[in-house]
Parts: sequence; C-alpha cells; structure tokens
Amino acid sequence: MQSALSLSFSQSSLPLANRPFCSSNAAPSFTPRNLRFCGLRREAFGFSPSKQLTSCRFQIQNRRIEISASAGNGAPSKSFDYDLIIIGAGVGGHGAALHAVEKGLKTAIIEGDVVGGTCVNRGCVPSKALLAVSGRMRELQNEHHMKAFGLQVSAAGYDRQGVADHASNLATKIRNNLTNSMKALGVDILTGFGAVLGPQKVKYGDNIITGKDIIIATGSVPFVPKGIEVDGKTVITSDHALKLESVPDWIAIVGSGYIGLEFSDVYTALGSEVTFIEALDQLMPGFDPEISKLAQRVLINPRKIDYHTGVFASKITPAKDGKPVMIELIDAKTKEPKDTLEVDAALIATGRAPFTNGLGLENINVATQRGFIPVDERMRVIDGNGKLVPHLYCIGDANGKLMLAHAASAQGISVVEQVTGTDHVLNHLSIPAACFTHPEISMVGLTEPQAREKAEKEGFKVSIAKTSFKANTKALAENEGEGLAKMIYRPDNGEILGVHIFGLHAADLIHEASNAIALGTRIQEIKLAVHAHPTLSEVVDELFKAAKVDSPASVTAQSVKVAV
Amino acid sequence: MAVSSSSFLSTASLTNSKSNISFASSVSPSIRSVVFRSSIPPSSHRRVMTVRSKIREIFMPALSSTMTEGKIVSWIKTEGEKLAKGESVVVVESDKADMDVETFYDGYLAAIVVGEGETAPVGAAIGLLAETEAEIEEAKTKAASKSSAAEAVVPSPPPVTSSPAPAIAQPTPVTAASDGPRKTVATPYAKKLAKQHKVDIGSIAGTGPFGRVTATDVETAAGIAPSKSSVAPPPPPPPPAAVNGKATTTNLPPLLPDSSIVPFTAMQSAVSKNMIESLSVPTFRVGYPVNTDALDALYEKVKPKGVTMTALLAKAAGMALAQHPVVNASCKDGKSFSYNSNINVAVAVAINGGLITPVLQDADKLDLYLLSQKWKELVGKARSKQLQPHEYTSGTFTLSNLGMFGVDRFDAILPPGQGAIMAVGASKPTVVADKDGFFSVKNRMVVNVTADHRIVYGADLAAFLQTFAKIIENPDSLTL
Repeated sequence: MQSALSLSFSQSSLPLANRPFCSSNAAPSFTPRNLRFCGLRREAFGFSPSKQLTSCRFQIQNRRIEISASAGNGAPSKSFDYDLIIIGAGVGGHGAALHAVEKGLKTAIIEGDVVGGTCVNRGCVPSKALLAVSGRMRELQNEHHMKAFGLQVSAAGYDRQGVADHASNLATKIRNNLTNSMKALGVDILTGFGAVLGPQKVKYGDNIITGKDIIIATGSVPFVPKGIEVDGKTVITSDHALKLESVPDWIAIVGSGYIGLEFSDVYTALGSEVTFIEALDQLMPGFDPEISKLAQRVLINPRKIDYHTGVFASKITPAKDGKPVMIELIDAKTKEPKDTLEVDAALIATGRAPFTNGLGLENINVATQRGFIPVDERMRVIDGNGKLVPHLYCIGDANGKLMLAHAASAQGISVVEQVTGTDHVLNHLSIPAACFTHPEISMVGLTEPQAREKAEKEGFKVSIAKTSFKANTKALAENEGEGLAKMIYRPDNGEILGVHIFGLHAADLIHEASNAIALGTRIQEIKLAVHAHPTLSEVVDELFKAAKVDSPASVTAQSVKVAV
Repeated sequence: MAVSSSSFLSTASLTNSKSNISFASSVSPSIRSVVFRSSIPPSSHRRVMTVRSKIREIFMPALSSTMTEGKIVSWIKTEGEKLAKGESVVVVESDKADMDVETFYDGYLAAIVVGEGETAPVGAAIGLLAETEAEIEEAKTKAASKSSAAEAVVPSPPPVTSSPAPAIAQPTPVTAASDGPRKTVATPYAKKLAKQHKVDIGSIAGTGPFGRVTATDVETAAGIAPSKSSVAPPPPPPPPAAVNGKATTTNLPPLLPDSSIVPFTAMQSAVSKNMIESLSVPTFRVGYPVNTDALDALYEKVKPKGVTMTALLAKAAGMALAQHPVVNASCKDGKSFSYNSNINVAVAVAINGGLITPVLQDADKLDLYLLSQKWKELVGKARSKQLQPHEYTSGTFTLSNLGMFGVDRFDAILPPGQGAIMAVGASKPTVVADKDGFFSVKNRMVVNVTADHRIVYGADLAAFLQTFAKIIENPDSLTL
C-alpha cells in the first residue's frame, strides 16, 4: 500500500494520503479490545518460533491462531454461501479474514493475482529487504562512523542479484505465511478476479457466490502521470524497482514522498546518484515541516542527491537509440517549460491509484471518485445518490482514506466488528506511519500546522515538546545521535495530538504514542510509566516528561472517552 | 546481583533524564543568541554609507566558545518577510546543537547572504535586515555585491587577486561528439563537489556517459584525489581502468604505513584557512635590533605590580603605532587604505593544540596596569575557551613573541585583514660597539615585522621600528 495519487496535486485535501510503503509493524491502532491481548503475545509466539518476522502482522496472525483455532471457520449461514466475502487478499483482506474467522464467520477471500497484495509482493515487504541492505551498506561505507567504533572494514561491496534475491525471498516467505495462516483457519481462498454482481452477490471467474456481507479490498497500483512512458527498464515504477534489476549510475525519482525517499536511500547506498523531481515547493511535503527540514538535512543534503521542486515531469522518454532517459520539466504553476534532464533511469513515485476497475460497481450504482470508492467513517460504501449500499464495505487503498497496509487491516477489523454486532469507528488519527530511511521517520496524529489550525478553530492551546537523540544513551552508543522527537499536545488536558520522530528506529518508537492516542491515555498518566534504561524508548519517555500539562491529574478520569 | 545492577541503572536513568529535559527545553526557542550590528562600517561600501539607511547586518553568532564558524541549518524566514523583535529568524548549527537565532529589531528580512547548508565564520554577515519595506531593494543590491565580492569569507573581504581556480579550470574544450551548443549535464554529486571546491562546472569537460560531468571530472578539475569514501560501484560492471589510473596519478604522496590521520579541530581549520588566505597578500619583512636593558630594568620594577612583558611590548607597539597609523591600517579591497580608529594589539597565544590571538583593545591608551590585568583575563578566557568573537577578531596589529623559548629571530605570517605583525625574539646579552668604537655588552632583541606591501612601504616600517626601538630603549613613557 503506498501513497495516493494526490501526492503531487492536492496535498491539502488529503493530508494523510501521502503515506505509503506500509510500515510492516502494523499493530497498535486497532481497538482497545485487541490490545488487551498483548500480554499473551509471547506465549503465542512460542508455538511458532520459525515465524518471528519483523512484520507485526504475524504477531497478530499467530495470536489469532491461538485464540480461534478451536472455532474454525464458521458454519455457512442458511441463505448465503458465506457470511463474509472479501475481494482482494492483500494485507487488508487478510486482516479482515482472520478477524472474521475469530468472530465465527464463514469467510471467503477472492484473489486474482497473488496473496499478499501490494504490501507483501510489491511494496513494504520487499522494500524493507532492500532497505536492510542499504542501511548496512551505508554504515560500512561510512569510514568516519566505522572509525568512531574502532572498526576496520575493507571496501564494502555488494552483489546486485544477491540483494534482489533477498527481497524476493522475503516476499515469498511472507506470502506463504499469509496463505498458510488463512488456510489453517479454513478461510476459502478463491482464485480469480472478483466483481460485484449485485447486492450480496459476487462473481469470480465463472462462479457466482453469495455472501451476507462483502468487503472490497482491491488496493492500488502505482500511479503514472500522463506523458510518462514506463518501459520497465529505464523508466520504472516501484513494482520494477523492487526487483532491483539494475542499479543505474544516475536515477531521477519523481515524487519525494515515502516511496521516493525510501528508494533514494536504497539507490544512494548502492552507489547511484539521485535527482528528485517534486511538484510541490518543498521536498517531503507530507511530513511535519520541522521533521522534513531535519530529514532533508540528513537524508538529502549530505548525500549524492539534488532536486528540482515546484516542477512537473511533463514528459519522460525511456532510454533508447543510444540516448539517455529524457525528462522534460515544466513549472508546476505556470506550466512553462523549465528544464530538461538526461539521466540513466527514472523512478515514478508519484503515488498510487486505486485499483477499482472491473469491479462491477455500476451494478450497484456506485460511482468512484478519481477511482476511489466513496465510503463513510464505518467503511460502508456510498452509492451515486449518496445512500449507503447495504452489506457492502470497502477498505484499504481502494477507499483512499489512509493508504497504509496496517490501516487497511485495521479498517477490515473494524468492519468485521460491525457486521458481528459491535459498532466500531476507527480513529485514523491513531494510525502510525513510518518511512524506513536511515534513520527512520515516523509519525502519528496531526502535524504541527494541522494541530495549530485545529486549535485555532476549536479554541484550545497547543504546546510542543521536543527531545533529541543526541541526549539518548543508547543512540549515542550506536553513534547515531542524529534525530529529533516532537510531540504536539494540549497543555490544558494533556491530550496527545501528534508525535513525530526522526531518528534511529523511529518506526518502532512511534507505537507508544499511537497506543496512547488510540487508548486516550493522557500525558500526565503515561509520563509515570517506566522505560528500561538505556533504550531508545527513553527518547519518547523524555517527550512525555518534557511536556507541561496545566491541569491536575484528576482530569484524566474523564479523558477515557475517546473515539477509537 | 541483577537487582542491584538494575537499581543502579535506574538511578542512572534518572540523572540522564534530568539532563535530557534541560536539553529538550534548550532546543525549543528559548535560546536567544542575537547578533545584529548596525552596518555602516565597511569603507568599501562607501555608496551605501552615504544613503544613511537603516539596514542591519545579521551576523553569524558565536554559539559556543569553540565555535569559529557556523552552518546555516535553515532560514525560518524568507526574504521579504516581516520580522518582529524576538522572532526566530535562522537556525544555526554549532558544534553542539542547532540554535534559533532571534532578531532584536523589527523589520524585514531583506536578503539572505549565506544560504541554507552553507557555512560562514563567526561574525560574518549572513543576512540583511531592512527597517522598512522600501529599503529591501537597496539591501538586496547590497547583498548581491556582498556575496559576489566575498563568498562568505572572513569579515575582511579577500584581496582582489584572482583565486587560483581559473588557472586550474581548463578552457572549454571542443567536445568531439557535440552537435551544436548544448548545456552542461552534471550529476548531482558532481554539482555538489563543484560548489564545494568552487569550480565552474560549465568549464569542465564531461567524460561520463553522454558527455556528462561526473564527480571524478570535478575532482580532476579541482586538482584533488578522488575521495576514497565514494561508494564503490557495484562489482559486476568492471570499473573503467583508464579513469582509475588517471585518478591515482594525482600528486598526493601515499600515506606511510602506521601513520595516522587526525582531522583538524575547528580552531585548527580556522588557522589553516587563514594561513592559506595569507598567501594572497604581498608581504615583506624588516628586522630591527632593540636594546632592552632599560626595558628589563623597568620590568623588574613593575613586575611585582602584576605587569607582564606582553603588556609592556603591547603598550610599546601601541604607542609606536599611534605615531605611524599606516602600519595600523589594513588593505581590505586592494584599492584603498583602511585606517583603523583604534589600536587593537592582538597577541598570539598557543593553547593546547591551537593558536588564538586575544586582542588588547586600545593598547596605546590603556595604562600598563590595566593592560596587564586585561591580558590575564583574556588568557584565562582563551584557556577555558570562553573568548567572545570580538575578543579575538578585532585586532589591527599582531604581536607574536617566541623570546621565552630562546628564539633569537623569526618570521611571522601576516594574518588576513591586518597590515602588519611583529615577531619578537629573545633578549640576549650581545657585544655592541658604540659610535666611539667602545665595546660593551648590552641586552638586545631582534624584532621582525611582516607587513602588507600594498599599504606599508619599507620606509614606513623602518620609521615605525625606529620609534618602537626608541620607546623600548627609553621606556619611561610606557608607565605614563
């Protein structure tokens, strides 16, 4: 699941849409109910030691196996083939399927391509493999860094095919795990392209099945603006880049959101030079301004990267006839031609477009908006007349609410909660996002400008607390003191509005904050929690301790009423 | 065991967290380092002076005692933006942390002289603040002349002599495959290097694919060895041997085995930079023997009162300079004399691994006792690295004394921005013949002055030295 196609255009309308390459650590934002099981996780792991993968998805999955193994897939209801049919077996569909089985629903999942969807096969998962390599390369090549440890390393090198294999092996492994986990629970995996024929009726291949409830989870594909000719060799999308078939000397990356940023990290570590092309006036437009400034200082300026901002790539021609890749740039505002670039390759990372064609939406009178399926806050699909389509839900990238793998999964779980009789609205502001550069960037909730705007409207005060990795023992031990954590909060009641982290393992550190937001924990409560010393988590601990909340702790009793 | 060690750890954690909290608060905009100076002075900008406008220069602040230069992390305000007193304008990176720099004045950020990511020495103008909107334009032109004249160098603009860069840059060769005039294509890293080494990228012939300028091309043009740290290209494509061969033939001798490389400290870098810069000034030297018997006698007398030899020499130099203002002048632009209204004698001091020149301001006017007191204070500050920039950058004349080591004479290098420097050797008993042919043994030291010949001529320096010698030989005036 990657970022929205809106990246270059209407950033303000979808402030959270630029997210992307799913952080594989999905966990926290589901419901308090789920979180209550956290304590069991360790035992759950004990049964499947071979699956200790970075992906939290597996923790969830393993846990589910424990909890629901006795339940099995539910018995079919009388009038329908299935209780729940999910179209699309990506991370979102998978999360929904597991939860549905746990809730006793007879569940089918339809997949026209490969199980795992974008995240597992062409997104977060293989990109993490490449980034794991790039992180080590970068470290080994940094003489100063090595010397500071007293380490001596002779020239670091890599074997491109070996790196590529690592990425594809990881994807295969995770895909098999996903498939097996669903099979083990008795989820019917149906192969073919799914389409909605009518209310509660779905077609896949030549078969027609009925289901009490239907979830559309068809995800997205890389968005390629017009004028750009993708040949898969020199002009590529993330789908191709993840196969790492070549490491060009010089690659232009169109779009400086998460996808572009992560690939710049990979390519520069492997020896490429990178030119960013960004339509907005500054790089990394989706981030908190302070974080993006720091990130630019660390991730862009010292590296072999230059950039053009405020320009569109109006035309990109692949390398052919002995000519390099040609990129025509026009001014993003005036549309005047600005420059021409000649590079060895171009990666189109302008976001992702929903994959909703051929879904038979016309059969139920649903009109997509720029391809996205309109839904309400409970993921219920809205038809052309603004009415809810009964028993039809859409989760994940296809609805465009928040294009992250773990968001899709959380939305799927939320839908299952609803169809099994528990009303549930997912708090999207509690869903963390991460960018796995070196160092990493992570965030949850509002950025500072968003928080200030909200504060202005609703008439409350906003305060900021900041801590630095430079003061963290563990970070310094790793010689990775570069980094900043920032919390935006309400000083009157201690509510956390947003947390942004740039630094070593930021993606893993964000969950304390996202959990606090999801559970409605106030700063005055969480600041009393204890953190092991010395750990990176103390960076977040310091953040809570640095905050100055006016109110006495007694307010906290009321604070529990939160949207989850 | 486990319990005790963990309780130890938690204590450590507590103390740690305390220090962190204070750090955290120091990151937030509570730091107030402000550096504004009303800019009327530099005589090279005579035209601007006459306009009497209120354009202030924003200077690179000294954020720590060891800071000699700072990097602009980011400009919080953009050009033309209105500023209110107390607002943060720019974030500067010192060796310790990033700090917000606030303005003391209301006005408009008229021009940014030193851009984001660039570095400037402490005290150099990094931006201009206009008081009214109307003055923005004027400030901009001023900024333009500033940045073109001096690419963010030391406060004193560099001499006009052309830098060696043009000599190295090759004339644009005719590229074999070029079909008509086409623009230079340079890779991102090549552009970065070109900027860093001040090489005009347009003048480099690209040898990369499709004739593009690569990092290696820039390094060759700048006459440096390709950086070893550059990422090794992926092994499969064999590295072009020709390029490598060429690259290794650069003139740096290979490092001997077991030798170690110790990077410069900030202070050492500053010294290195100043020394290189001094090469562009035409200097000459004049030596002069001075009898010191009277001075030594005076020193014995005033020593118990805390007077140091440095103060005596500085005072003598100051008094002599007062009579020879041209030696106290400097040449800022290669076209004019800049006469300094104050006589500020900088005295070179070696401090562990570094060299700094604390300044005795108004050395001619202050009495010996005050000077001595001042000197002790400065040395103390220098040792503890607490000198403020004006306490080591405001010198108009420098004194360097190696006499205490027994050195009988030496040459000093003229620091950029000053007209002359005096090197003082040891005072030694010397056989002297007087005008009647009588021999006697007198204490004598040799002083050797290095001066900028663009403004100080031989006769000037000789006359100055004569005056200086007279003062030393009849030192009573020193105590007046």
